[in-house]
Amino acid sequence: MEFFSHQTNYPFMATRKVWYTLSAVLVIASIVSFFTRGLNLGIDFTGGISAQATFTRAVSVDEVRAKLAASGFHDPQVQNFGSSRDLVIRMPPEPSETAASIRAKLEPAVHSVDPGAQVRQLDLVGPQVGNELKTSAIWALSFTLLLIFMYIAFRFHTWRLSLGAILAVLHDPILVIGIFSVSQTEFDLPVVAAILAVIGYSLNDTVVVFDRIRERFESNRRLPPPTVLDQSINQTLSRTIMTKVVTSIVVVALLFLGGPVLKGFSEALMIGIIAGTYSSIYISSAIALDCGLNAEHLFPSANKAAVDELP
Amino acid sequence: MLEYARWKYILVAGVLVLGLLFASPNFFGEDPALQIARKDHAAITPFETKDVETFLKDKKVHFDRSYVDKGRLMVRFSSVPDQLAARDAVNENTRYKDGYITALSFAPRTPEFLRALGLRPMPLGLDLRGGLFLLYQVDVNGAVGQALEGYAQDARRALSSANIPFKDVTTVAAGGGGQPNAVRIILPPEADAGAARSALNQAFQGLSVSTESLPSGSAIQAAMTPAQIKERQDYAIQQNITTLRNRVNELGVSEPIVQRQGIDRINVQLPGVQNSAEIKNLLGRVATLEFRLEDTQDNAVEAAQRGRAPLGAKLYTHTRIGRPILLKREIIATGDQLTNASVVQTPEGVGVGVRLDARAGENMLKTTKANLNKPMAVVLIEKRRETTEVNGKQVSRDVTDETVINDATIRGVFSTNFQITGLTAGEARDLALLLRSGSLATAIYVVEERAVGPSVGSENIEKGVNALIIGMVGVFAFMAIYYKIFGLVADLVLLANVVLLTALLSMMGASLSLPGIAGIILTVGMAVDANVLIYERIREEIRKGVSPQAAIRAGFEKAFSAIADSNITTLIAGVVLWVFGAGPIRGFAVVLTLGIATSMFTSLMGSRALITLMYGGRRKLARLPI
Repeated sequence: MEFFSHQTNYPFMATRKVWYTLSAVLVIASIVSFFTRGLNLGIDFTGGISAQATFTRAVSVDEVRAKLAASGFHDPQVQNFGSSRDLVIRMPPEPSETAASIRAKLEPAVHSVDPGAQVRQLDLVGPQVGNELKTSAIWALSFTLLLIFMYIAFRFHTWRLSLGAILAVLHDPILVIGIFSVSQTEFDLPVVAAILAVIGYSLNDTVVVFDRIRERFESNRRLPPPTVLDQSINQTLSRTIMTKVVTSIVVVALLFLGGPVLKGFSEALMIGIIAGTYSSIYISSAIALDCGLNAEHLFPSANKAAVDELP
Repeated sequence: MLEYARWKYILVAGVLVLGLLFASPNFFGEDPALQIARKDHAAITPFETKDVETFLKDKKVHFDRSYVDKGRLMVRFSSVPDQLAARDAVNENTRYKDGYITALSFAPRTPEFLRALGLRPMPLGLDLRGGLFLLYQVDVNGAVGQALEGYAQDARRALSSANIPFKDVTTVAAGGGGQPNAVRIILPPEADAGAARSALNQAFQGLSVSTESLPSGSAIQAAMTPAQIKERQDYAIQQNITTLRNRVNELGVSEPIVQRQGIDRINVQLPGVQNSAEIKNLLGRVATLEFRLEDTQDNAVEAAQRGRAPLGAKLYTHTRIGRPILLKREIIATGDQLTNASVVQTPEGVGVGVRLDARAGENMLKTTKANLNKPMAVVLIEKRRETTEVNGKQVSRDVTDETVINDATIRGVFSTNFQITGLTAGEARDLALLLRSGSLATAIYVVEERAVGPSVGSENIEKGVNALIIGMVGVFAFMAIYYKIFGLVADLVLLANVVLLTALLSMMGASLSLPGIAGIILTVGMAVDANVLIYERIREEIRKGVSPQAAIRAGFEKAFSAIADSNITTLIAGVVLWVFGAGPIRGFAVVLTLGIATSMFTSLMGSRALITLMYGGRRKLARLPI
């Protein structure tokens, strides 16, 4: 079986203004949503209390919320967690409370709704820990991007490809964060891990295309750069799509079978993989082209030797 | 003809065999077990093993088998009720109760010969097993403060013994920092600063000392260097880790993890623990003892009314009788100087038998000799943190409770061994445990706490494993359909990749969490990439009209740089996550990073070896099943 039995020849470079516009619209929408709606940060980042309760029957979220408020909890958030019998309850940090004292108040409140209910998980995160995690997540993200920029500049001898790769790659987490902000899906620590994995995967595609660009330039330095870039993307297209199809199989398995704990994680991966595939096909090489990429940038020393030989 | 060097075949085969061996303990599952360890940490002897076995047989508790692992006896059961019955029987027996600690545990069903090789399955993380996770904040500044207090005390003593008058000895923040890092001594005008400095030489060894002239008199300041401060903080954390480990072991939790996290945190993981309140209370207690003589010359009630103790004495409250009591300032011995503490039965009831080290023992001997028939008191010092809300802001402050738990007349001369009485049975047990496990160098506070029920754990395992199986089956089917025989080769290579990854994780002793399982699933998805790169390249070469075998060679060779570069970028993201992440996120990062390494090996070397073996020798090969 083959999806790409003959060599495709799509004009990616000629149409790049269209893709730039599409990306710009999505990125701006994401940023606007991030600043207006914000993210629904999990207790990993905000600090607070999170409890998971299982009931013997389906219960009303509102009823549980009302019971909790009546028991003296401030601003309890109650959501279904995987099924209508499982609820997750989140509350802002209560400095004077301990796990034991919270459990002592929580259990009677839950039992008043359903005597057979069980509090199966109780997490308390101090606000200080949450703040630190936020800082370290931002550090991790910046550090990854910096290292990758340096690696690509080193491997391909030109900052033009590095810049293309970094801009294309930045595009992906921004879209993930944008969609999480629009849908108000809980943004927790595993989502950050997923975003970093997405950065890795998206780059993976971009680098495969760049590798082909280098190879094409090597075989014929006279070819105009837009042609080389189009050829490289088209020649690696089947691989890019194939790999993403296969990775999507496992991510879909995680999304539907991994349970509520991994839901945000799998969603971030799914969005990121789609965005990453798009950006490495349409954006990364186009940016390098607009930065003036040509064969000389990839082979600086060889070029110098050629100049020396001139009479 | 296609050829592949013989040593490469041998390498691939060797790595695979080793991988299978190291990964194999994970495939046997586990049984409920009871772990029995000696309180004195000595290894369990075959005689003791036999004794426990006979005891369980007498009690008609059915067990599968027992063996000694890392000095602890593991008794395996086929069911949880048997396990619980055995624990209750052992714990109720007086013969075992005092000398041994029991813990409910799980024992891997790994065959004897694998265990003898030291091969173990990956331990399950708390999200898969259930248990209690605690993240403690260590008060490292408190540790520095304690060190400064020590210097200040030494300075006072040195100046007094040199007969140099001084006005004040305080701890200050030198160099504009917020935290105290120096001791400042104010000398009156009549004091000789030079003489004071040389008198303080010994006490301030290693500190950077400076003298300053003031309008009235002079000041000597001794600051700790940043290196000394860091050393002091590290020491405090290390000591707290040791103490927490001792306490956790005393509590009888199986496979606990106590490790440093970041600069000033300690992370404690207690698998299987459900009741957090009691354990947390014991783990985080900062309790130490001081032994002091009672000041019988002054009136304690008067001092309490005045709110001030007379010179050379300190005012306390006696918890038993609820009246004020005056003690002398000199400390005879402190909790740090204890070498052992245990619950003992005395004629006056339950008590704690205490053994002091030689130096404190000598001091105690001298004191008791000189003060026969005078009262001596035991002071319990506990630190805790109180958080209150003031104007909507959380304010934490440290509270030190110092109470006299016992005072008694010295009836005889004693040195290293004596008893503290006047406690309830529960108090005696807790105090003995706290004293025995060592005191915490500085206070710790819980900043994060997660309790995972055991049913949540088993559900998470089920979900993770299901996603893994379905994901793998999907990928395998897809590859086989899309690349035919070559797809099957890729499937075998993927399987080898999962085996190698499992082997590496087991070798590292990394514990498996749900994000870790997600990492394995993703690795399966991404490991395909290298194969796809190679196969697409082979197809491309075939399209160009190259012969099959040349196409295979070109496919592997030309795909190499793309595979290497693209994997290294993902590796960078994985390593950063490894360094910055904590807990389950680090678990994911470890799996991601190792998965990239194993997938590069299996797809570049493993699949090349297999394909060369299959197609390399055939002279007539018209088409490739790709």
